[in-house]
Amino acid sequence: MSDSPSYGFDTLQIHAGSRPDPATGARQTPIYQTTAYVFRDADHAAALFNLQEVGYIYSRLTNPTVAVLQERIATLEGGVGAVGCSSGHAAQIMALFPLMRPGDNIIASTRLYGGTVTQFSQTIKRFGWSATFVDFDDAAAIEAAADENTKAIFCESICNPGGYVTDLASIATVANKLDVPLIVDNTSATPYLCRPFDHGAHLVVHSTTKYLTGNGTVTGGVVVDSGNFDWTKAGKHPSLIEPEPAYHGLKFHETFGPMAFTFHGIAIGLRDLGMTMSPNTAFQTLLGMETLSLRMERHVENAMKVAAWLEKDPRVDYVTYAGLPSSPYADRVKKHYPKGAGALFTFAVKGGYEACVKLVDNVEIFSHVANLGDTRSLIIHSASTTHRQLTPEQQEAAGAAPNVVRLSIGIEDADDLIKDLDQALAAATS
Amino acid sequence: MSRFSYSDEMLTRLLKVPQTIACVGLSINPIRPSYYVARYLQLKGFRIIPVNPAYAGKEVLGETVLASLAEITTPVDIVDIFRRSEFAGAVVDEALEMRPMPRTIWMQIGVIDEAAALRAEAKGLTVVMDRCPKIEYQRLFGELRMGGFATGIISSKL
Ligand SMILES: Cc1ncc(COP(=O)(O)O)c(C=O)c1O
Repeated sequence: MSDSPSYGFDTLQIHAGSRPDPATGARQTPIYQTTAYVFRDADHAAALFNLQEVGYIYSRLTNPTVAVLQERIATLEGGVGAVGCSSGHAAQIMALFPLMRPGDNIIASTRLYGGTVTQFSQTIKRFGWSATFVDFDDAAAIEAAADENTKAIFCESICNPGGYVTDLASIATVANKLDVPLIVDNTSATPYLCRPFDHGAHLVVHSTTKYLTGNGTVTGGVVVDSGNFDWTKAGKHPSLIEPEPAYHGLKFHETFGPMAFTFHGIAIGLRDLGMTMSPNTAFQTLLGMETLSLRMERHVENAMKVAAWLEKDPRVDYVTYAGLPSSPYADRVKKHYPKGAGALFTFAVKGGYEACVKLVDNVEIFSHVANLGDTRSLIIHSASTTHRQLTPEQQEAAGAAPNVVRLSIGIEDADDLIKDLDQALAAATS
Repeated sequence: MSRFSYSDEMLTRLLKVPQTIACVGLSINPIRPSYYVARYLQLKGFRIIPVNPAYAGKEVLGETVLASLAEITTPVDIVDIFRRSEFAGAVVDEALEMRPMPRTIWMQIGVIDEAAALRAEAKGLTVVMDRCPKIEYQRLFGELRMGGFATGIISSKL
């Protein structure tokens, strides 16, 4: 929105959104632990409630600490605005909510976090929504799966559980042809490794629980709008273009232009769904984000070392890291993800399910947890945990087959990580 | 994104209060964007002069609606155009007939007439196209930050 000088990523990850506190001069962003805010006078209150002025009313909608995080992530993603949510999963619902009516559907990639597959294949049905899962390497199949009730396309950039990166530009082309927004879950990549808007995506969601916070302390999520989707063009999304009864017939797109989706997210989404991020969560994530680029560089460097070592190990069947030269996606990584393919990947252990379970039981530095994007290295057997709800076909498609273990490589010494895996593999395959 | 680029420093200067803004094409319907913008700017301390032949003589925002810029008898700083691009040029030419002339012509988001802009600039006026003064005011003076919008403003000053 601004025409002023642009800054580098490392500057923005520290400064975007966070000027010194106007009340105290506090240099670090304070935790504004308050539910409500005093109005200047009755006119001010009326203007705020009518959306004629932006400001703080009540922390279910807006909060000064959360606002700093929203602006910082929106800035790093190159979007116009962002809405903070209580978790990554909340952000996904918040992204779909303005787009969908009962009977509507989305086209989603088969390669998604298992929890997202469950959310889309089961839970959203209760809102009368549905999802069709398609192989996103086949753009024609996406188009073929769409119908007049298709309202969005959804995928991850670098995918959880790893090994696959999406060619976002080709998917964005399909989205534009269908006149629906492309929503990208950019959790595993972070804006440091990929900015989906640069590839033509329209909306981004994050689980800020992961790399953005970085220390495994809080759950949070965010929906970022590029401001680049013309809601009036095909008119497929009535919530953004038709008169809104709760605001005296105001039309979001007409009134707020490129900021319509974010305004809707606050004024309808957070107001009525209440999946709000807490100020303490925003604070933890802001601290984490100050070092995002440094951490991501090390995450990627370590992942390369560990994946390359595993690939050569005779106890290992295969490694799926997209950053390896042997990956079928090596060219795509080079072209679209030049800073690296993230730090999340799987490998198959000779000895199948049993050996995987033993391996996970024998690591000392890796932590056996259902999380990713921590400074600590993490390990999980997806088939028996995060992807347990899925059918064997879904597990296979999501890269979470029974003989596969997922690693989230941290920022420790790579040599120590390799030693730990070496001894655990020995125990698992002896 | 707009193809027209204006520095934050220039926009901040153009939006100093108090100034008088003639809003051409202002609606008297309180949910129309033009009403929103004018009401907002009025709350911030700008004087609004509504201009719209369709509502001439009616009251809006405590001001009487005038039929044209020519009817304005007080000095105007900014002429803000809420008309489609094809009608913007005629409004600019009318503005150039005013005495004293306004200092600034604003054309709202989507309103663009480059030839008219050149005519106004040749007379020493500043022209902003494809921008909303309300959004720019909110962005530059800290309000949009409260909603989590990317303001592009980086500063370690209070
Ligand atoms: C890629 C991806 N998206 C979304 C989520 C859900 O985020 P949250 O746990 O913050 O709800 C996760 C969590 O593992 C994830 O890995």
